[in-house]
Amino acid sequence: MPEAYLCLRHREIENIDQMDVYRQNGGFSAWEKAISQMQPDEVTTEVFDSGLRGRGGAGFPTGLKWRFMDGNNWPHYVVVNADESEPGTFKDREIMESNPLQFLEGVMLTSYAVGANLSYIYLRGEFWELAHYLDERIAELEKEGLLGDKLFGSDYSLRIRTHLGAGAYICGEETALLESLEGKLGQPRVRPPFPPSFGLYGKPTVVNNVETLTNVPLIIEHGSSYYRKWGTEKSAGTKVFSLSGRVKKPGNYELPLGTTFRELIYEYGGGIIDDKEVKAIMPAGASSSMIVANDEALDTPMDYENVPNVGAQLGSASIIVIDETVSMDWLINKTVHFFKHESCGKCTPCREGTFWMSNVTERVHEGQANWEDVILLQDVATNIKGKCLCALGDFATEAVTTAIERFPEDFKAKAKSNGAASEELVETSAAVAD
Amino acid sequence: MTEAVENQVEEQAQPEEKLVTLTIDNIEVSVPEGTVLVDAAKKIGVDIPVFCYHPKMEPVGMCRMCLVEVGRPVFDRATGEPVLEEDGSPKIQFGPKLDTGCTVEVSEGMVVRGYTEEVVDARKEVLEFLLTSHPLDCPICDKGGECPLQNLTMRYGPGTSRFIFDEKHHAAKHVPLGEIIYLDRERCIQCARCTRFQDEVVDDPVIGFSQRGRSLEIVTFSDPGFDSYWSGNTTDICPVGALTTADFRFGARPWELKASASVCNHCPVGCNTTVNTRREAKSGGELVIKRMMPRQNEYINEIWMCDKGRFAHHYTQSEERLTQPMVRNEVGELEATSWEAALDLVAEEFKAASDGLVTLAGARLSNEDLFNIQQVTEKLGGKALQNTHMAGGELVASVGVGQGSNLSDLGEGDAILVVASDLEEEAPLYWLRIKQASERGATLVVANPRDTKLSSKANYELRYSYGEEAAAVMALLGSISPKTPGESEAVKKLSRGQEVKDAATAISEANNLVVLYGNEGTGLATSQSLADACANLLVATGHVGKANNGLIAVWDKGNTQGAYDMGLVPSEDLAADLMSAKAAYIVAADPAGDDATLAEAIKAVEEDAEKFLVVQELFLTESAKLADVVLPVQANTERQGTYTNAERRVQIFYPAVPAPVNVHADYAVAANIAERLDLKLQKVIPAQVMAQIAETVSDYAEVSYTKMAEVEEQWPIISSEDVFYGGTSYENEQGMGQQLQPASQGGESPALSFAQVADAPKVDGLLAVPVTRLYDRGSTVVPTELLSERLTPTSVVLSPDDAEKLSIEPDAEVTVKLNGTETKAQARIEAGVPQGYVLVPRSVGIALNSPSPVEIKA
Repeated sequence: MPEAYLCLRHREIENIDQMDVYRQNGGFSAWEKAISQMQPDEVTTEVFDSGLRGRGGAGFPTGLKWRFMDGNNWPHYVVVNADESEPGTFKDREIMESNPLQFLEGVMLTSYAVGANLSYIYLRGEFWELAHYLDERIAELEKEGLLGDKLFGSDYSLRIRTHLGAGAYICGEETALLESLEGKLGQPRVRPPFPPSFGLYGKPTVVNNVETLTNVPLIIEHGSSYYRKWGTEKSAGTKVFSLSGRVKKPGNYELPLGTTFRELIYEYGGGIIDDKEVKAIMPAGASSSMIVANDEALDTPMDYENVPNVGAQLGSASIIVIDETVSMDWLINKTVHFFKHESCGKCTPCREGTFWMSNVTERVHEGQANWEDVILLQDVATNIKGKCLCALGDFATEAVTTAIERFPEDFKAKAKSNGAASEELVETSAAVAD
Repeated sequence: MTEAVENQVEEQAQPEEKLVTLTIDNIEVSVPEGTVLVDAAKKIGVDIPVFCYHPKMEPVGMCRMCLVEVGRPVFDRATGEPVLEEDGSPKIQFGPKLDTGCTVEVSEGMVVRGYTEEVVDARKEVLEFLLTSHPLDCPICDKGGECPLQNLTMRYGPGTSRFIFDEKHHAAKHVPLGEIIYLDRERCIQCARCTRFQDEVVDDPVIGFSQRGRSLEIVTFSDPGFDSYWSGNTTDICPVGALTTADFRFGARPWELKASASVCNHCPVGCNTTVNTRREAKSGGELVIKRMMPRQNEYINEIWMCDKGRFAHHYTQSEERLTQPMVRNEVGELEATSWEAALDLVAEEFKAASDGLVTLAGARLSNEDLFNIQQVTEKLGGKALQNTHMAGGELVASVGVGQGSNLSDLGEGDAILVVASDLEEEAPLYWLRIKQASERGATLVVANPRDTKLSSKANYELRYSYGEEAAAVMALLGSISPKTPGESEAVKKLSRGQEVKDAATAISEANNLVVLYGNEGTGLATSQSLADACANLLVATGHVGKANNGLIAVWDKGNTQGAYDMGLVPSEDLAADLMSAKAAYIVAADPAGDDATLAEAIKAVEEDAEKFLVVQELFLTESAKLADVVLPVQANTERQGTYTNAERRVQIFYPAVPAPVNVHADYAVAANIAERLDLKLQKVIPAQVMAQIAETVSDYAEVSYTKMAEVEEQWPIISSEDVFYGGTSYENEQGMGQQLQPASQGGESPALSFAQVADAPKVDGLLAVPVTRLYDRGSTVVPTELLSERLTPTSVVLSPDDAEKLSIEPDAEVTVKLNGTETKAQARIEAGVPQGYVLVPRSVGIALNSPSPVEIKA
């Protein structure tokens, strides 16, 4: 399928980050239209009808999330999740850097739709230059009368503030993000209640990803059916795929949802470095399961409904490509090290389990482990899974369990003893114990 | 209890709440809506193990120990009818994952399973995870024996670990979070109970987490470290040995300890405590007090206590204690003598003095002591005085909080007025309980000349100048009933503005109203008018004579109310009273040590050969040094007795350690004197003294040791069997005490005087006003070395403006000229102190009983 630039419009339209160019290309017409001609819930309905789903990873229907906002509790907030910290994900940064006005218009429309008069953009700490840049753009919008009090003579007022995190992956989790935004230690909250009923400062809050909101202006400008021109029934629109790993041309590619892995990797990514064989795909960054890259997988459409068929989730669509030169023990040692470093420490299984797994993966990778250690690793990962408050615990285990399950030969090759010998050993020990 | 009262109590106990029925481990239970599964299970004796959950705090669901299977009935979407199994039972849909029993609230028809293989495995797994980082130092850990992690591991844990031990995470093991609480970072399991307690429960968020993941660690943000009056409680609820008190750390093993029930007498709350003792070879095989622990009483201290109560017990086993009676010999020195000789002499001199006997007793004494002392005095026609500068004991007896009151019942629709009190400093638990009532929705009106810790919780804050305490209350009353007579300038001034009118409306419309008055800046005279004004307000708004309504005096001593009830009154001019005495009987008081003016009066008594001075004491105080006879007595940890708290709950304390051989309880000493005066008083068994009190003091007619020792089922359920749930606070097996009925509840209409409303005193310079600090330098506090760095120095507190005017730097030494004396003191500067006033903390070395002009020199 051909690339379609909805979020990455700067690749087609030069200088779209300039106010006049953006306006010439329809910029802020959705904003003016919404405020002067649409009721907030009409905006929500349009987004709901477009089939837009959250681009941060969970794929939750955006319009539905907005409808969950508790109308009996005010004020409402919109918080943009610009914490982009999943390894292999680098799409939001490009959007904000190169197509900032469309992104901000998306934030504004969302704010209007849910009745927020103050919205926050929460950026990862390393995006400090970007935060400064967005501040300048927000100031420009205020000067232009597009942001501020009583917009276009209506009763609606809106301010947008940027906020920098302090460098924690966990703050990409929406409730940890809210805690951090409130000035507290970034740890996830118990859910329910979910942010649309209990969010920032305990008030109803919509938390949406940058890419998600960048789609909104086009949906309002052209209508929901326009957006449905791309993608599939259940996965409408386009998606910015962050392609990385062992490909010749890594980068962001905005393609309709439903494009296959093969197209992305070979047509857009130029194939594998040195023309090696593709071995596995991690479609959702470090949090991903390992997809065995056989023909079936390569021909699977990348959308929310089909990726699960090959044992993974689309997530934030940060496609990490692994070729035959990579051994899985090395790879999971990397991912586990990452999650050990990023576990917030709130839940026991994640805090202790990532620490434990990292000891074992290190040992396995160094060739200092027995097959029992691999089994132990699998078991520890299983014990973490489904036992934690937020998804980080689960994420830490996906690569581990699926790598061991789907690529056992990589681990057998590393273990000092093989499974047969150890089974014998266990039986002998049991006999002695009896 | 009268029938009417009984009904009221019934009503209180059963507020309208919706019950939800569910099944936990195949047992059906009905609990109020909103109950979490862990608590619901507790009610039927099913343990869902927890580490981070605590029944007194909001759930966070982070330790994951409480994972259970939760199923809910399935309903047909079309009909709304429950779907049934083939056998007719409701079809239950279980969740795809285990749920945390501490965060899931009960719902109708829910089925909870804590015994399935999946749950059993999950518990094993969580424990295995925790133990990968936890040191195996149980044999040297203070928590060993009462450790939730140890207990739950034995019960649910895996027998072995698959973790390689030398890969264990190591962290600092001796981290002082200040000098009182120590942290062992290896033992910490990051449950956040301590940080949440400090933040949510006591509003001192001075500790918190730093870092993340396996490096997540507790740190303190305050200087001094862990700056909170509540820090000891974190060691009770810590589910491992991570937090320990410097007082008990490495002191003993929990299983060596004997437990005795006691009642704290450092302040008028009367927290229920447990004294832990053990025999020690280094003390000659004697029982030694190792620690003081809270004992559950949901009417009083719940399961908490303040650090003063917890740590300031060392005076009871101080080396400085008096051990034998002494009498002044011919060369003027105190010399040991026999009890017979000493008591004979005392009785003879008292008889000679007759109505010239002046008795001064301190209110750290028990009711039994005070009663016998009062009886001796009354027999001779002397004056029975108590050592206080707070008035209103009779008013509390008349319009005090009704029988059946519990501050925990106050909430939405109720109101609380706190006037002239820095509540956390004066009575920490009252601060906590009022704060909680405010969080439950009670309207809180705080009237004080400056901000206190309670201010942040106030719905209405009323400011007045020191001296206008009564006027502030009368301004409220005036807004409600316009015909209040005797309006002063101060009342007129304070009546202006919307705040006072709104506060008055809230007070008059409240379902229940409790008024607490303290002694921030008051002397005896202003205290009396303040108490009168408060009583008038309560009566005028109809908030007397019933449970959860009435007056609480935040007394300056533990048993001031008991002293009032036993008939001891404050002296309006103690120096004059002492000067006029032919014989003075000073018990548990040290006027000579407290105040230079009184020292002169005592000396005059001593120097006058005709006059006779008896001091009955624990220590050789300044007054004792001047006495003709010194009688040593037992500490409250060595004997039995009762205290009456500010809510007039009478409670028993029990002996924890044997008394030194030659000292007696105060009531016994007084009874022995009485015997020589042909007055029969009980001298052996305190319960018999109480029986005599019950006959003599009508308010105590129903009081008996048997009834005070009755226990009730309390919530949350606290016991040594399940320290994982509530912590190591002791279960109350020794009695809830008995709350007295105020006269107004018995149908008597209260005798009220109109408050003498004063305007703020006018002085040219600065006015010194006495205030209370929890950590004072009283004789029962100073012997606890652990607190020495935190005790309030001999100091005065100035406003920043006044300090600047006088060119006084923070913490500089200044000369304080007050009431004809000069004292060197440290100058503290605090924002919020009103300009023109100098706060003088009580019991830190500068005597000040009522506001007086003062001169401060740099």
